[in-house]
Amino acid sequence: MLKFPIYLDNNATTPMDPRVLEAMLPYFSEKFGNAASRNHAFGWNAEEAVDYAREQIAALINCNPKEIIFTSGATEADNLAIKGVFEMYASKGNHIITAVTEHKAVLDSCKHIEKLGGKVTYLKVDEKGLIDLKELEAAITPQTILISIMFGNNEVGVIQPIREISAIARKHGVLFMSDATQAVGKVPVDVEADGIDLMAFSAHKMYGPKGVGALYVRRKNPRVKVTAQMDGGGHERGMRSGTLNVPGIVGLGKACELCKNEMESDTARILKLREKLETELLKMEESYLNGSKESRLPHVSNISFKYVEGEGLMMGIKDLAVSSGSACTSASLEPSYVLKAMGMSDDLAHSSLRFGLSRFTTEEEVDFAIAHVKEAVTKLREMSPLWEMFKEGIDLESIEWAEH
Amino acid sequence: MAYSDKVIDHYSNPRNVGTLDKSKKSVGTGLVGAPECGDVMRLQIEVDENQIITDAKFKTFGCGSAIASSSLATEWLKGKSVDEALTIDNMEIVEELALPPVKIHCSVLAEDAIKSAINDYRVKNGLEPIEMPKSHH
Repeated sequence: MLKFPIYLDNNATTPMDPRVLEAMLPYFSEKFGNAASRNHAFGWNAEEAVDYAREQIAALINCNPKEIIFTSGATEADNLAIKGVFEMYASKGNHIITAVTEHKAVLDSCKHIEKLGGKVTYLKVDEKGLIDLKELEAAITPQTILISIMFGNNEVGVIQPIREISAIARKHGVLFMSDATQAVGKVPVDVEADGIDLMAFSAHKMYGPKGVGALYVRRKNPRVKVTAQMDGGGHERGMRSGTLNVPGIVGLGKACELCKNEMESDTARILKLREKLETELLKMEESYLNGSKESRLPHVSNISFKYVEGEGLMMGIKDLAVSSGSACTSASLEPSYVLKAMGMSDDLAHSSLRFGLSRFTTEEEVDFAIAHVKEAVTKLREMSPLWEMFKEGIDLESIEWAEH
Repeated sequence: MAYSDKVIDHYSNPRNVGTLDKSKKSVGTGLVGAPECGDVMRLQIEVDENQIITDAKFKTFGCGSAIASSSLATEWLKGKSVDEALTIDNMEIVEELALPPVKIHCSVLAEDAIKSAINDYRVKNGLEPIEMPKSHH
C-alpha cells in the first residue's frame, strides 16, 4: 500500500534507517556518558562507541579513523575547512578557488573570508554543470592555498572530475577540499584514490540522524591542519571543541557501515527506478533533463517541464514531496542559482523539479509519481498562456514582456 | 508554506479557464508578467453594448497563488461594468485569498491584468487608455 505523501526529496534529507536508530538508542539512555570523561566506565563506554564509529566512517571513505573530526553537520564542516585553512595557512597565501554552483555553506564561507581580506575565484560551470579543468589550473596563483570543489551537486547531481582536480591541486602544492555531502554513502568515495585533503559530509543525507557530520582532515602527505572556529575544551585534536554528540556519532558510524555494505545493491536498484522515472517523464513534450546525464549521482533527477511553473506544479502534485528550482517564494523571485549558472534561462529554471530517490523508494511509488506528475503537467499546461502560444507557434522571445 | 483553503479551491477548481476570440472588438485581452519572473497572466473580458462584462477568461503560468488570483479576478469581473471593474484593488484579492506578504505580487499582477484587458478593449473601441499603475510584482 502506498503511504501519502510520497517522499522523493532525498537530497534535502533522508529518512533514518531503522537499524541506525536502533544502534543509537542506548546512547540516549543507559550509555549516556561523556566521551571526554576519562575516569569512569560511563566515559569509557562513550569513547569506545565514538572510536568504533570513527572506524566505520574511515572504512567507508578509506581514511585513518584519526582523520575524522566530528561536527554538527556538513555546513559546520564546510565552514571549519574553509575558514580554518584560511587562518592556518595565512602565511602561505590568501587565495581560494571554488565554483559558482557550490552549496551556500561553501559560498558564504568564501564570502566571509573575502571580508577578511582573502581572495576568492569562483569558477564557472558549463551547461552540464561541470567546471573547466584548464580554467581551474589557470586560476592558481602562488597565493592559492585551497581549492574547494564539491563532489556531487545537490540540485542536479552532477559529479565533478574529482581525481583530475586533485591531480592539479597536488601538482601546484595546493590543498584540495571537497564538500561531499551528497556523494558519501551514495557513490564510492576514497580520499586516497581521489586525492582529497579535506572533506565535509553529513549523516542525515545517508539515512543517519540530523545534527551530526564530519570533516575529514588528512594527516599524512600532506599533514593538514585547520584553525579551530570554536574555542573550548580542545576536543577533536584541538580542531573542534564541544562535547561529542555520542548518539549522533554512533548513528553516523552505523549509517556509514550500512552504506558501505549496501551501496552496490542500493545503487543498482535506485538506478533502475530513476531510469524508469526519467524515461517516462522525458516522453512528455518539452521536458528536459538538467545537468550531465552521465557524470551524475545515482539518486537525483532534475527535470524541467517547460511552460509550467515549478511551484504551481508542486502544488498540483501534493501527494509527492519534491523540490523545485523555482524560487517563487524567495524575496528576490530568483530561480535556482545552480541552474542559472549552467546557462539555463530563468523560465526553464522556474519550471524545474528535483526528484531524489532513496534506499526506501519503491517501484510502486515511482509509478505513482510518474502518473501524478504527468497529470499535473498536462492540467497546468492547459491553463498556461505560454503553452497555448507555443502550440500556436508564437515565438515567446518575440513578445515584449513587462519586466520588473 | 501552507496555502489558504480559498487558494487551494481556486487552484484545484479554477473558474473560467480558457480563451476568448481576441480579434473581436468586444473582447479585451491583458497579458502581464514575464516568463523569467515565473508568472504570466492572460486575462480576457467580453463587454456588451451596455459596458457590462458578460464573460471573462484567464490562463496563467505561475504558482498556486497566481492561478488563484486570476481565477478569482475572472469571477469578480463577470457582471460588473467596465468602470466598476477598474475599481478592483489588489488588496481586495489579498484579503479574499488570505495571501501572505510574499504572494502579494500575484494580486498586483491580477490587478494589472484586469486594467490591461480593459485598456485593450478601450483602445479597440476608440477610447483613450487609462493610465496603468506602475507594477512592482
